[in-house]
Amino acid sequence: MILLYLPILLPLATASLMVMPALPHRLRYPTALTGSLAQLAVTLLLLQGVLDAGILSAQTGNWPAPFGITLVADLLSAAMVVITALMGLAVILYAQPAVARAGGGPLAFAHVLLAAICGAFLTGDLFNLYVWFEVMLMASFALMTGGRGWRAVKGLTAYVVLNLLATLCFLMAIGLLYGLTGTLNLAHLHLQLALVDGDATVTAVAMLLIFAFGIKAALFPLYHWLPAAYPQLPIYTAALFAGLLTKVGVYSLLRVTTLLFAAHQAAILPLLLVSAALSMLLGVLGAAAQGDVRRILSYHIISQVGYMALGIALFTPLALAATIVYLLHHIVVKTNLFLIAGLMRHLGGAYQLERLGGLYAKSGLLATGFLVAALSLAGIPPLSGFWAKLLVIRSTLDAGHLSLALLALAVGLLTLYSMTKIWQAAFWHPAASPPAGTAPGAATLWMGAPVALLALITIFFGLGIEPIFQFATHAAEQLVHPQIYVKTVLGG
Amino acid sequence: MNTLILKVASRLMVGLILIFAIYLLLRGHHSPGGGFAAALVAGTGFVLYFIAEGTAPVRRTLRVHPASVAGLGLLTALTAGLLGPLSGRPFLTGLWLSAGNTALGAIELGTPLLFDVGVFLAVLGAILTVLLALEEF
Repeated sequence: MILLYLPILLPLATASLMVMPALPHRLRYPTALTGSLAQLAVTLLLLQGVLDAGILSAQTGNWPAPFGITLVADLLSAAMVVITALMGLAVILYAQPAVARAGGGPLAFAHVLLAAICGAFLTGDLFNLYVWFEVMLMASFALMTGGRGWRAVKGLTAYVVLNLLATLCFLMAIGLLYGLTGTLNLAHLHLQLALVDGDATVTAVAMLLIFAFGIKAALFPLYHWLPAAYPQLPIYTAALFAGLLTKVGVYSLLRVTTLLFAAHQAAILPLLLVSAALSMLLGVLGAAAQGDVRRILSYHIISQVGYMALGIALFTPLALAATIVYLLHHIVVKTNLFLIAGLMRHLGGAYQLERLGGLYAKSGLLATGFLVAALSLAGIPPLSGFWAKLLVIRSTLDAGHLSLALLALAVGLLTLYSMTKIWQAAFWHPAASPPAGTAPGAATLWMGAPVALLALITIFFGLGIEPIFQFATHAAEQLVHPQIYVKTVLGG
Repeated sequence: MNTLILKVASRLMVGLILIFAIYLLLRGHHSPGGGFAAALVAGTGFVLYFIAEGTAPVRRTLRVHPASVAGLGLLTALTAGLLGPLSGRPFLTGLWLSAGNTALGAIELGTPLLFDVGVFLAVLGAILTVLLALEEF
């Protein structure tokens, strides 16, 4: 099944073309754009394939599982790669005014990042997942070199150190797992770990993995790198990171809790529950205290990841479906909000709320786009965030956690507060001083088109929730009952 | 570094190092070695050369920008992997072509060698891009 490889190979090929100085300058941006469009096309074909034929797998180099590297696409993986390619396309369109004249330099590494993220979503092998994490890290380091000044160095150092720590713990966990079971294929591990009964080593491995993925996902108490690093990045890079990087952590948590530690959940889930609840609360409180749009949005990533982790921690089929809906909704909305922040800076001249103002008068369309994304983030019906939150809250009530349901509601309200704060200061109030931004022009069109596209997706996501919810329910069923996954990978 | 001893020695050494790198590359599939190790060894050859003579002669010798070498290498490795699907087998499947028997044994050409050449170029290009930039910093 070459289709499983193409979402990884196409961006890698695009990146290798783009790093060559021999590629003519005027062809660089079109190359990046074409690569991104082609990636989106193959991911859609892959999703169609999974919908038609069920879980797909491919054995790299014709080495049968569990000896070789297996790629697997179930509904969750397929949906994640589609949304990854879509975000890649949106960000590459948006970055046109910033990078096209300079030859699209950073976009080569954006493509490496997209390849690595798709690799992480598609791999069926724990060590291979580690490799994709490393590739992601390398590409993100390269993309970060845009940051300048002492604050940037401080923020990015936190990112680098904590993420290196995460991969180190991940590697230790892999070593322990291999010593324990002699395999690293996820499907094979599912069978082997079920035979290991109540072993303390399994708990240790689970803790190491949750620590590693918790850093990646920015869960309490491991999230401090995120608000320190993201505001220091060029805004299109921040949008790409904000939409996708933490969600790779959530996806990995989802994978290991369902596939690896299905028999050892007693030690994991309560911890995840507490961590999720505190992430939701502290993230949203952190956001309320900020006055910079990018910092507000960064803190909201933490609280939103909390909702997703809450779904994993409850671990009912409905809760897992809620996590999947939340993942898909959040990636679109958060990427869009960062893109909008960039446009606010473009038109209003600043990221700080006290210096912004009068944007509604300047661009009604931008204000509409912001309203759609912000209200969806806060969970106002009928937008996508409402359904995502509703499903999470419904599953907390089903599990009998009334306090968590109330917490989730309160966090939603505080999210609305933060979004209203941005709306009031940046869009509603007239600008205090003469605005420093530029007038709308051709650049605004490049930057506005992906914002409009993502806002439309958010609206249709909310209106057409029924098929999406059904899709998420099927995807969650595949996670809860991994027998088909295991059979597809191992054969027989 | 302007010393006569290093300059004279490096002229002898660089060639030897590069030949050793190719030896490592070719024996890689069945014995210890391979594209990655070979590229690191070849990289040390170029490093020795620019320590002795400066970076300009190294860039002249390479003829193309090292980043192009890296990109070409990655594309070569991808091509080697794609030969599998083109012949109806999974990605990265090793395909072998017998090129006849000699007194020393059978000569076989395979896609793993092509893949290794790709890795060699990618790694060599990447480390030279970094090291030349650092030396000129």
